[in-house]
Amino acid sequence: MPWLTILMAVPVVGAVLVALTPKGNDKLAKQLTLAVSVVVLALTIAMAVQFSPKGNRFQFVETYEWIPRFGVHYGVGVDGIALVLIALSAVLVPIVVLASWHDADSPNAKRSVKTYFSLLLVLEAMMIGVFAATDIFLFYVFFEAMLIPMYFMIGSYGGAQRSYAAVKFLLYSLFGGLLMLVAVIGLYAIAGKNTFMFPELIGAIQDPTTQKWLFAGFFFAFAVKAPLWPFHTWLPDAAAQAPAGAAVLLVGVLDKVGTYGMLRFCLELFPDASKFFTPLVIVLSVVGIIYGAIVAIGQTDMKRLIAYTSISHFGFIALGVFAMTNDAGAGATLYMVNHGFSTGALFLIAGFLIARRGSPYIEDYGGVQKVTPKLAGVFLIAGLSGLALPGLSSFVSEFMVLIGTAERYMVPAIIAATGVVLAAIYILWMYQRVAGGPTAESVKGFKDLNGRELWVVAPLVALIIGLGFYPKPLLDVINPAVDHTLVSVQVEKFTPAIAEKGAGQ
Amino acid sequence: MLVIFGAAIIGVLVEAFAPRYLRKSIHVPLTLLSTAGAFVLVIFQVIGGVPTTAAAMGAIAVDGPALFFWGVILVLSFVSVLLVIDDDHFVASAAAVPGSAAEEEAEIAGGAHTEVYPLIMFAVGGMLLFASSNDLLVMFVGLEVMSLPLYLLCGLARRRRLLSQEASMKYFLLGAFSSAFFLYGMAFVYGFAGSVDLAKINAALGTVGGLDTVLLIGLALLGVGLLFKIGAAPFQAWKPDVYQGAPTPVTALMASGTLVAAFGAVLRVFWVALGNLDWDWRPVMWGVAILTMIVGAILAITQTDIKRMLAYSSIAHAGFLLIGVIATSPDAEGNAASLSAIMFYLLVYGITTVGAFAVVTMVRDAGGEATHLSRWAGLGRRSPMLAGVFAFFLLAFAGIPLTSGFFGKYAVFLAAVANGATPLVIVGVVSSAIAAFFYVRVIVLMFFSEPAADGPTIAVPTAATAAVITLAAAVTVVLGVFPQPVLDLADKAASALFIR
Repeated sequence: MPWLTILMAVPVVGAVLVALTPKGNDKLAKQLTLAVSVVVLALTIAMAVQFSPKGNRFQFVETYEWIPRFGVHYGVGVDGIALVLIALSAVLVPIVVLASWHDADSPNAKRSVKTYFSLLLVLEAMMIGVFAATDIFLFYVFFEAMLIPMYFMIGSYGGAQRSYAAVKFLLYSLFGGLLMLVAVIGLYAIAGKNTFMFPELIGAIQDPTTQKWLFAGFFFAFAVKAPLWPFHTWLPDAAAQAPAGAAVLLVGVLDKVGTYGMLRFCLELFPDASKFFTPLVIVLSVVGIIYGAIVAIGQTDMKRLIAYTSISHFGFIALGVFAMTNDAGAGATLYMVNHGFSTGALFLIAGFLIARRGSPYIEDYGGVQKVTPKLAGVFLIAGLSGLALPGLSSFVSEFMVLIGTAERYMVPAIIAATGVVLAAIYILWMYQRVAGGPTAESVKGFKDLNGRELWVVAPLVALIIGLGFYPKPLLDVINPAVDHTLVSVQVEKFTPAIAEKGAGQ
Repeated sequence: MLVIFGAAIIGVLVEAFAPRYLRKSIHVPLTLLSTAGAFVLVIFQVIGGVPTTAAAMGAIAVDGPALFFWGVILVLSFVSVLLVIDDDHFVASAAAVPGSAAEEEAEIAGGAHTEVYPLIMFAVGGMLLFASSNDLLVMFVGLEVMSLPLYLLCGLARRRRLLSQEASMKYFLLGAFSSAFFLYGMAFVYGFAGSVDLAKINAALGTVGGLDTVLLIGLALLGVGLLFKIGAAPFQAWKPDVYQGAPTPVTALMASGTLVAAFGAVLRVFWVALGNLDWDWRPVMWGVAILTMIVGAILAITQTDIKRMLAYSSIAHAGFLLIGVIATSPDAEGNAASLSAIMFYLLVYGITTVGAFAVVTMVRDAGGEATHLSRWAGLGRRSPMLAGVFAFFLLAFAGIPLTSGFFGKYAVFLAAVANGATPLVIVGVVSSAIAAFFYVRVIVLMFFSEPAADGPTIAVPTAATAAVITLAAAVTVVLGVFPQPVLDLADKAASALFIR
C-alpha cells in the first residue's frame, strides 16, 4: 500500500473539502478538519505498526520519475527517525485543531474560519512530505512550500504585530532556503549522477573543499530553520505573534525540519565536512543553550519566553546531532519528539491563559492555581517536562544527549548541563509568577479547563508522562536508524579511552 | 510571420474603409484568427521538420529556437489581444490634448481607437522578425517594426493621459537612441567583417586580423542597443515609466512578448555571431547581469505603484535571464541546456506576467485603474479569489516551489552552475531574496491589512479578461507541478542550437 502518499493525499483532499464548505457554517469546517486529522493519525498508527526496526533502512518506499529532465523523482520512504517525526506531526495536528477551535473567530475582526483550517491541513500534508521525502529536490520543494501556509496563518490570524512577524519569518526562511537551493544545484551538478535520490548521493562528493561549501549551504538553511543561535531572531517574533495552535506546529514540527535536515542530509552527504565543522557547531549549540535560557529568564511575554526556551532546547538537539555518538544521536531524535510534546503543551496552556485574560504578559497574572487548579496542574507538568525532570519525557532525551556528548566532548557537555539549571529557573519562576502567589484581581473570573480543552491537553500529558517512564518503543525504532546514519558517516562506535586501555592490557 | 503582417495590412485597410461601428467587429476576429493561425502554422512547421538552412536568402533563420520563440510570442500576443478587447483602456482620440474639450467631445462621440489592432499586429510581426533574423540588417528592421507601433500604443491610455503621453515620448526618444546605437554598431561590425550576415561575422572572427578595435566598438554598440530592449541595467531607466504610462494590455504585451523577442535577438547576436568572442563579452555581461539583478530588486522595494513595481521586477528577471546567456559552455550540449533553460524561463515568465497585468486591469476606482499600492490594501478581504490569484503570480515571480517560476529560475541556475558561473547564481539567489521582499509586501498589503473604506472596486471581468487570468493561473500551476513536457519541448527546440 502506498502509505506515505495516502498520508499526504488525505489532508490535501481534506483541505479542499474544508475550503468548499458553505460560507457561514464554520462548525462544519472545524468538525471536518478534526475528522480528517484524526483519520491521518489513525493511518499513521496503522503504518507505524507495520514498520519493522530490523528491516530495510527505508521502508514504505515509493519512487516515480517526476521531472526526468532534472533527474527529479517523487521518492518517499521513511526510516526510524522520519517515522517518529511523522508520528509527532500526526499526533499534534488533531490536538492543534481542537486547541485552535476559536483562534480564527476573534471578536474584533471576523476572519475566514475555513481558510484557517484548510491551511492547517495543507501544512500537515507538507510536514509529512518533508520528512518522508527521499529525493533531495522533493525535500527542498516541501521545505520551501511549507512556508506559505504558515506565513498566511501567522499573517492573517496572529497577534498585533502579525504582519511584521510573518514577513520576518518568511524572509529569513526563504533566504536560508535559497542558499540551500544553490547547494542542491551544486550537489546535482558536481555529483553528475543525474539523480536527486538521497541514497544514491551518499558518498558522491569526495572532494573536501566542495563538501565544505555544499555543507555550508545546507547547514545555513537548517540553522535558520532550527533555529540555531545566532540565526534565531525570527523565532520569538513569529512564535509570539502566531495563534497558539500555529505556534505549536511552528516550534513543535516545522523547526524540527532544521535539525532533522542536519542529521539526515548534512551528516550523511558530507561526512568529512561535518567532522570539520563539528567544533563550530558545538560552540554555536552550547552558546545557544545558555543564551536562550538566560534570555528566556528575562522575558515578560509568556509566548516569547517559551520561544526562547526552545532556542535553548534546539541547542541541545544540534549538540546531540553533531556529537556523533549513538547515544547523543538517539537522544537528539527523541528530544525532537519530546520537545514537540512538552513545548506544544506549554504553548497551548499559554494560549488558554491568553484567551481568558487577553494579555500575553506574565505580570498580568498571579495565583491562577487557586482559581483554575486543573489548568495550573497541566501547566506545571508541561513546565517540569520542559526543564527535564526525571520521569517526564524530556529527561531521557536530555540525559542521553549529555551522556553521549560527554563521551567525546567533556567540556561542552559540562557547560551545556548548566543549561538544565537555568531551565529550572525560567520555568519555575514563570510558573510561580503566573500560578503561584496571591490571586490577582483580573484572574478571579477564570473558568477552569472545559471539555474541549481537556481533550487537548490530556493526550499530551499522557504522552509526556508515558514516554518519560517508558521511552523504549520509540528508542527501538530510532536506534537502528541512528546507528545506520553514523555508520554511513564512518564514525566508529566510540569507546572511552579508559576502556580501550583496559582491553589492551 | 507573413500571416501576421498580412493581417496587419488588412487591418489598416479595414481602418481606412470600414465604417466606424463595424471596425471593431472586424478587427477582433481578424487579429485573433491570424494570431492563432500563425501559431498553427508554427506547429505544422515543427511537425513537418525544422529547416536546417536559413530561409529568405539567408536573412531569416527558421530554426528550433526561432520556432519556439515564435510559438511563445504568438501565444503571448494572443492573450494580450484578449485583454485589448476590453477597449475601456484606450483613449478615444489620441491626438486630443489631455483634458481638453476636443477630448471630451471624442469621448461623448464614443470614438474608439481601433487602429490599436493593426498596430499590435505590426508589433507582433516585428517581434517575430527580431527573434529570427539571421542578419543584422533584418534584425534592425525587425527592431523598428516592433518598436514603432509600441511607441504609439504607449500613448493611447484612456486615463492619466499626460502620464501616458510622457511615457510614449520617453520610450520613443530613448528607443530611437538605442536604435541609433544598434545601427552604428552594425556599421562597425560591417567594417570589421565585410558583411552583416551573422554566420559571416562569425567566420570573420577567425580570419580577419588587426581590426580588433573596430570589432570591439561595434560589439559594444550593438550590445547597448540590445540591452536597452531587454531593459538590462544600466539601460533600464525607460522601463518603469513606460510600463506605468502605457495602457495595461500594452504593458502586458511589452513585458512578455518584447522581452521574448529581445532575448531571441540577444542570443543570436552574442551566440551566433560573436560566440567565439565570448572571452571578450563575457566579463562585461557578468557585470551587466549582476547590476541588472541588484538594481531591479533593490529599486523595486521603493516603488509605490504596482505597475512600476512589476517593471522593476521585470528588470530583475531580465538579469536572471542574462545569467543563462552568459552560461555558454565549450560543448554544444552545455549550450543547448542553457538555451533550453532560457526559453523555458521566457515562456513561464511571459505567461505569468500577462496574468499579473490582467489582474491589474481589473482593480479600478473612479480614475481608472487603481495602481497605487496603498489602494490595494485589504483586497484579499474584498475579493479573495482575485487577490489569491495575484498572490499566486507574485509567488511565481519570487520563485517559490510548486509554481512555474521556480522551475524557470531553477533551470537557468542549474545551467549556470554546470557551466561555471556559480558566483552569478549566488548573486541571483541574493537578489531573489531581496525581490521576495517586495512581492511579499504586496501580499501583506492585500491580505493582512484592513481594507480602506473607499477602496477600489473590482471590475466585473469581460469573458476575455477572465479567460486570460484563468489561463495564466492554470499554466503557472501546471508547469509548477509538471514542467516536464514543456521542458522536453524546449530541449528539443534547443538541441540543434541556432542555424546560421
